[in-house]
Amino acid sequence: MDHRAFFFQRLGLTNRDLERYLAEALLAGGDYADLYFEYHTSTSLSLDESLIKSATQGISAGCGVRVISGERTGYAYTDDLSPERILRAARTAALIASGPNKQPIVNLKDPAGGHTLYAVASPSVDAEVAAKVELLQRADRSARSYDSRIVQVRASYADELRRILVVGSDGVVASDSQPLARMSAFCIAKDGQNSARGNSGGGGRVGIEYFQTERTPEYFAHEAARQSIIQLDARETPAGEMEVVLGPGWPGVLLHEAVGHGLEADFNRKKTSAFAGLVGKRVASEKVTVVDHGTMPSKRGSINVDDEGSPTQHTTLIENGILKGYISDKLSARLMGIANTGNGRRESYEHIPMPRMTNTYMLAGQDEPKDIIKSVKRGLFAVNFGGGQVDITNGKFVFSASEAYLIEDGEITAPVKNATLIGNGPDVLTRVSMVGNDLQLDEGVGTCGKDGQSVPVGVGMPTIKVDRLTVGGTG
Amino acid sequence: MPVETQERIELGAGLKEIAADVVAGARKAGATAADAIARDGNEFSTLVRLGEVETLKESGARALGLRVFVGKRAAATHTSDFSRDGIERLVSSAISLARATSEDPIAGLPDASSLGALKQDLDLYYDDVYSLSTADRIDYARRAEAAAMAADPRITNSDGGSFDAATGYKVLANSLGFVGEYRRSYCSVSAVPIAQAGGSAMQRDYWYSASRTLQKLESPEAVGRKAAERTLRRVGAHKVPTQKVPVVFDPMVSRGLIDHIFDAVNGDAIYRHASYLSGKLGEQIAGENITIVDDGTMVGGFGSSPFDGEGVPTRRTVVVERGILKSYLLNTYTARKLKLQTTGNAARGLTGNPGIGSGNFYLQPGDKDPKDILRDIPSGLYVTEFLGFGVNLVTGDFSRGASGLWIENGELTFPVEEITVAGNLKDMFRNVSAIGNDLEFRSSIAAPTLRIDGMTVAGE
Repeated sequence: MDHRAFFFQRLGLTNRDLERYLAEALLAGGDYADLYFEYHTSTSLSLDESLIKSATQGISAGCGVRVISGERTGYAYTDDLSPERILRAARTAALIASGPNKQPIVNLKDPAGGHTLYAVASPSVDAEVAAKVELLQRADRSARSYDSRIVQVRASYADELRRILVVGSDGVVASDSQPLARMSAFCIAKDGQNSARGNSGGGGRVGIEYFQTERTPEYFAHEAARQSIIQLDARETPAGEMEVVLGPGWPGVLLHEAVGHGLEADFNRKKTSAFAGLVGKRVASEKVTVVDHGTMPSKRGSINVDDEGSPTQHTTLIENGILKGYISDKLSARLMGIANTGNGRRESYEHIPMPRMTNTYMLAGQDEPKDIIKSVKRGLFAVNFGGGQVDITNGKFVFSASEAYLIEDGEITAPVKNATLIGNGPDVLTRVSMVGNDLQLDEGVGTCGKDGQSVPVGVGMPTIKVDRLTVGGTG
Repeated sequence: MPVETQERIELGAGLKEIAADVVAGARKAGATAADAIARDGNEFSTLVRLGEVETLKESGARALGLRVFVGKRAAATHTSDFSRDGIERLVSSAISLARATSEDPIAGLPDASSLGALKQDLDLYYDDVYSLSTADRIDYARRAEAAAMAADPRITNSDGGSFDAATGYKVLANSLGFVGEYRRSYCSVSAVPIAQAGGSAMQRDYWYSASRTLQKLESPEAVGRKAAERTLRRVGAHKVPTQKVPVVFDPMVSRGLIDHIFDAVNGDAIYRHASYLSGKLGEQIAGENITIVDDGTMVGGFGSSPFDGEGVPTRRTVVVERGILKSYLLNTYTARKLKLQTTGNAARGLTGNPGIGSGNFYLQPGDKDPKDILRDIPSGLYVTEFLGFGVNLVTGDFSRGASGLWIENGELTFPVEEITVAGNLKDMFRNVSAIGNDLEFRSSIAAPTLRIDGMTVAGE
């Protein structure tokens, strides 16, 4: 799809202007320059104590100019889109380079056809506020009627539309209009002296109708309420190494932390990742195949083009346990002599793009989920998680279980309290002994942080068994 | 490097008038009350890796946020578009959005009598953070990395050295006549070396110095050497068996522990019963040796400002005194909700209702030398880093990934990693058995070395 018209009309831009800005950026001798125009609108609503207490709307627009010279990157941005300010940003970014202008500007190409991954009739940001309010009120009623021990309910709805135009001195011109919507519910349950929390949410590159038909407020409210009630009876989590079964869907955050970040090409180019130099080597059991898939329709981590104007792709990272390759962007692909996988992403026009994940998941295996549980003598069954974190250099990663159960003699017995699981990225997947046939993607809530930049991502996994993982309980 | 091209425009120029105009415009458009915030800022950062400049970033940005009340309904809008159209849209969207929200009987601006700004100079702004040439800034980053690389042959790689500078301007105006503004500056230098030896895994750690003025920044060499020392001590780390032992927290991680207390006394969490400290005012929630203070008035502090996000003067609030919970941290809304007074802790981002922010939040130091704290421990864990966010404020349950050093007969011995430390915040702050004399503000939250007994270390 060609979304250039929005910028061309609003800013009175022409191809000639864009070429002039790029020429200015390369005036000091850079190898490559690009311009990133962004116009971002967002709304958010939140409900607390059955009242819509907060409603916000915002607009953020600007242009970032990047100049690359060898391994060096210069960057400047402006929120004032007048030609003088863009030229000034171009001159500032050009400071990184020194030498004669050695890269003549290629004529800008017409955008290629490309993906159309968002089947949205009209973006959620343009929907009536009253319709969003109703979703939140439905979530509130549903959660409160779930159980009389639910004492607090919060719900929120947030959507955005990000319009981008990327123009590179390699002639690439790409534009996109990326809708994103998300709904969340949060409950607190109380029983005597015990309190517990539960939360749930989802969405994607969808319109408001998604929450009226496919994933309703009642669905999320019910799930948040269910978790909080279950947690009221949670016991102490055991501590130490044990067998761990991870449920399908969001527990795929394990892959994101344990291997995903470590496979981002920038860290491997600099040889600062625990995975550096392991391409072609075994990093997982042969049952494990992991992909990064940016072109799944409507998913939160999907985009038609990345923030450097490259089309997104389906990239196999680990195939039957063997490391196949990295997640890359233009700079790392060029410097490492590898293919650009279309993973150059940035939070906004204020940020330099870098290799980032899209939707990262493990393919389904052969095992029946119930057989996986049955095979465990004493261990943990973790089905929901909060966030995670990784130190990509030593490979250590953690993720925190928000809903987990003891498995005793092949049976799921009691719920346990929140606990952190910790492991080592390069070898945790070698201990995956069973892989379920029940692959699920998460509901669409993930936000990934790297170097202070946040981008929406998806994760997914079938039920798996890890033979040995450290569980950070107290019992 | 080439010469500078950036001409500087005065920070925040014209924004005071714009903020006041936006408030007046909102009143005219039908708001019964309003406040507006305008921000301006410049940022510079450079990263030098293996002696070569890797990134150089320099820019400035402005933004405008408006909050309106139409009767007892509130809404907020923000924009980066300062054109007449952009501002008109900011106002009209806010008014129409407010009609969609619920009536909330206690929503509103602070009482007029509580508005104001501290008169004293808080020493928050130095234009020297922008006085260096680009070449000199790059040199700061280069020197920090070079010092780390030169410290030891086991330092084999690097995530670089960096120098950052930023200035920010903020103005807040409301329809009760309050108009306040302030500027703050910031600069920092850091290094992130990577070490490897024998067949063991690579290890990375960092160190930094930050200040409001270049004058008080530590030398890049000192920062680089400290970063190298912190990285080298991790080389060869391994797991330890699961056990209950005394745990000593380095000030860099103690700070993370009291951050959880800050979250737990946050007025929003309190009125929603989302904190284990809800309803505990006046009760013993920690040992008698624990005193925690929030002070937004400290001269030069990273968390200091003359007024909060609603135009209420900042102040010094004793949160926990000898283990007794003395005060929550509140803004106007949460104070009204709890029938208390605001503590001047409103945090106003560009968007939405004000939340709760800290001033300078710290745990009062004890009198023990950190070395003496270690000396008393026959066997235990010294934590230097947390990984992950495993804290449940509703229950107080705490379980976080950690790495550090093993304590044996009062001395630090081998490095430890891939472990967790777990407990419950309710017990942890009752079981602090030693407090160091080493309180130092490296950010707006600070705590000295702490020893906590009874926690579970999970490993093998």
